[in-house]
Amino acid sequence: MRAFDELRKLEIFFKEESNRGCSIVELYELVQHAGNILPRLYLLCTVGSVYIRSKEAPAKDVLKDLIEMCRGIQHPVRGLFLRSYLSQVSRDKLPDIGSEYEGDADTAMDAVEFVLQNFTEMNKLWVRMQHQGPARDKEKREKERSELRDLVGKNLHVLSQIEGVDLDMYRETVLPRVLEQVVNCKDEIAQYYLMDCVIQVFPDEYHLQTLETILGACPQLQPSVDIKTVLARLMERLSNYAASSAEVLPVFFQVEAFAKLNIAIGKVIEAQDDMPVYGAVTLYASLLTFILHVHPDRLDYVDQILGACVKKLSGKGKLDDSKATKQIVALLSAPLDKYKDIDTALKLSNYPRVMEHLDNGTNKEMSNVIIQSIMKNRTYISTAEKVEALFELIKGLIKDIDENHQDELDEDDFKEEQNSVARLIQLLYTDDTEEMMKIIHTVRKHILTGGPKRLPFTVPPFTFSALKLVRRLQSQNENVSGEEAAATPKDIFQILMQTIEALSSVPVPELALGLYLQCAEAANDCDLEPVAYEFFTQAYILYEEEISDSKAQVTSIHLIIGTLQRMHVFGVENRDTLTHKATGYSSKLLKKPDQCRAVYACSHLFWLDEHNDMKDGERVMLCLKRALRIANAAQQMANASRGSSGSVVLFIEILNKYLYFYEKGVLQVTIDSIQSLIELIKQEMSGENTTADLSADAFFASTLRYIQFQKDKGGVVAEKYSPIKAEFAETS
Amino acid sequence: MVLVLALGDLHIPHRAADLPPKFKSMLVPGKIQHVICTGNLCVKEVHDYLKTVCPDLHIALGEYDEETRYPETKTLTIGQFKLGVGHGHQVIPWGDLDSLAMLQRQLDVDILVTGHTHQFTAYKHEAGVVINPGSATGSYSSINYDVNPSFVLMDIDGLRVVVYVYELIDGEVKVDKIDFKKTTASST
Repeated sequence: MRAFDELRKLEIFFKEESNRGCSIVELYELVQHAGNILPRLYLLCTVGSVYIRSKEAPAKDVLKDLIEMCRGIQHPVRGLFLRSYLSQVSRDKLPDIGSEYEGDADTAMDAVEFVLQNFTEMNKLWVRMQHQGPARDKEKREKERSELRDLVGKNLHVLSQIEGVDLDMYRETVLPRVLEQVVNCKDEIAQYYLMDCVIQVFPDEYHLQTLETILGACPQLQPSVDIKTVLARLMERLSNYAASSAEVLPVFFQVEAFAKLNIAIGKVIEAQDDMPVYGAVTLYASLLTFILHVHPDRLDYVDQILGACVKKLSGKGKLDDSKATKQIVALLSAPLDKYKDIDTALKLSNYPRVMEHLDNGTNKEMSNVIIQSIMKNRTYISTAEKVEALFELIKGLIKDIDENHQDELDEDDFKEEQNSVARLIQLLYTDDTEEMMKIIHTVRKHILTGGPKRLPFTVPPFTFSALKLVRRLQSQNENVSGEEAAATPKDIFQILMQTIEALSSVPVPELALGLYLQCAEAANDCDLEPVAYEFFTQAYILYEEEISDSKAQVTSIHLIIGTLQRMHVFGVENRDTLTHKATGYSSKLLKKPDQCRAVYACSHLFWLDEHNDMKDGERVMLCLKRALRIANAAQQMANASRGSSGSVVLFIEILNKYLYFYEKGVLQVTIDSIQSLIELIKQEMSGENTTADLSADAFFASTLRYIQFQKDKGGVVAEKYSPIKAEFAETS
Repeated sequence: MVLVLALGDLHIPHRAADLPPKFKSMLVPGKIQHVICTGNLCVKEVHDYLKTVCPDLHIALGEYDEETRYPETKTLTIGQFKLGVGHGHQVIPWGDLDSLAMLQRQLDVDILVTGHTHQFTAYKHEAGVVINPGSATGSYSSINYDVNPSFVLMDIDGLRVVVYVYELIDGEVKVDKIDFKKTTASST
């Protein structure tokens, strides 16, 4: 390069010479007498440049002469540099449109001719480098070649800069000649580089119009050329071009860009039979991106690509090539990102078929991507058909596909995965109750295939989804009377009964118990007494047979009592049975404090505010007295085993309950009973063996304060409370 | 001025997919000093999310919670106020204010926060306040038919607490506020 700079100085010298009278033509002749050919030619080019500038001869002629002369150098590297110099020096002297060197005889065509010829010769030289020297130096040679490639590529750059090269000239002359050289040189490195160069250097509008030509060259290239990258780059450029402005889109349709690209890719894949799978998929992925930019509404095109992909993958079973699977995931994610609405993706019939070829791990990954996309866009899936299609797609998450394949999925990951399926179930919804019923059936069908591992995650959301439908049917039935409803709450309860039963295979009795009770309450609201009773029965059976952990028992009892307390649908007999059982369970809890609390909670079962016929003061008092006995027993036990009396908190709690029922007007809660309980508490608290319990003290104090507040209220309440003597106790 | 967020009964993923987006955009990290949760999150992801809103997180155990080590009840002191939180399924009858008042007396707190009914309530009586922030996701409840997503923000300032309730009704966030002043009743 430094030599070139020196030569530039020489050029200036020559120019001066000519100004001083020595004619250029003479100089031109003179330098040809130089001894060695290489310097001779460099000098010639230099003079030639001055010659053209002087305009003493038409540019075209001088250039022709020079380029012929350069043929004298056949050594690849020297030739390349010489011609590169020629190109550099002649660059601004080409007879282009609007340039000063344009004449009648000299046109842009000549300029193009010149550059094309230079390019052709340079390429030949460049390719020749490949075959020089011994085979063992091949790598070194190839490295050298890649360093020099820009010299060749520059010519194409110059071509693109020539103003005179409009679309027609490009299409008729430039491109065919260039491609001819590219194909004929049969050299892998040259072909790859030059194809890429052509794509990068010439404008996108030209590419669109000449698609067929350029694509036609692709199958003719050497099989080892990485044509997929070239095509991918071409499609990328065109995609970006399409995305850049809406006005260019009609041109795409006009030239049937998609059709041509599709055929070309097909041919390439066919021709290169041993192309690795991931190569083919990359091509399809690029084409898909192209379609999404240019023809986003043509779902049939998208499906076509997926179909072609399926065909290519057919017979290969599950892929274990990680590059290929990555590409497939990219391929499948593109429509999701573009359309944002899973509905569209579900319409692509080939989508699930492509997914089939992913190995289990990637299949799940893809399923997760799909779910995330749905959650992000908060789109509801509103028909049973779509639900079916969706569950087909994500079946890797719904059930074990391969019986023998053991999933080494980490427990936390599994939970996360199943939780996202659960969230998905929440989004399967439509206002149309009939359609919703169908959705319920579909969901149920699929989750029951999940096996014991998955049921605890999928059955709860299913249950609540169904219960929501029950509510809507209820309100519907109120408005639309007389019409036969396609689905009734009763049907849904039947389904629920069977589905929750499936949990016994896991088993998760506490969860199942909770769900049974939820259903019972819903049945209560629908006035379906036998159904509600059945749910309670199932819950009780679970409690008796499956729930043995003390803490779980306490929670379950609370749920049972709480639910039962709200039921109004039961007739006397049923109610009695259930209540009797509940109180029985309560008194059999292991720890005395738990027993006590459960038993006094049962007292509420006998006093329902809204129903006058369910107010049984006697049984309320029975419960409370029983609770008191248990509390006493607890105290004694604490005395006996630890030598100190236990906490007096239970008594205070029962006192509060006394006050509660007293206020409600339960006659059996007499003032005497309240008073004696207060005295008992004071006694216990000041006893010798009592351990100080600050929280119990505070509780008692706030209870007494409450009594005082009620007295201060005045009116009926104050009257009730006035007989109660409750002074603040001294805490020692 | 101390901001305390009270919410619960999200039931994610059993009954709801996620918090409403309008709520999520309001719960910006760094603005709230304490979070009180009545339980039934139900899964770890929700716990982690709440932790990002504010690291001082207090949760009571609900009957569907995945993490069984949350306490049944918890008390804490913020400024001049003693607060207590429990899920509420243990207090029978469910949602009965007098029974909840008993729990309040037992925990000896000025403000009791419980859930389970998925219905916002704020009940004031002589000894304090009983607050139910409702369900933050508006999830199904057997007890309450008309559930709107709701949560509560308490602004504790000296002896005064302003309770703001945020409810999502027909797609719009509506705010209401209730004032409580604590009398300097000394407890012996």
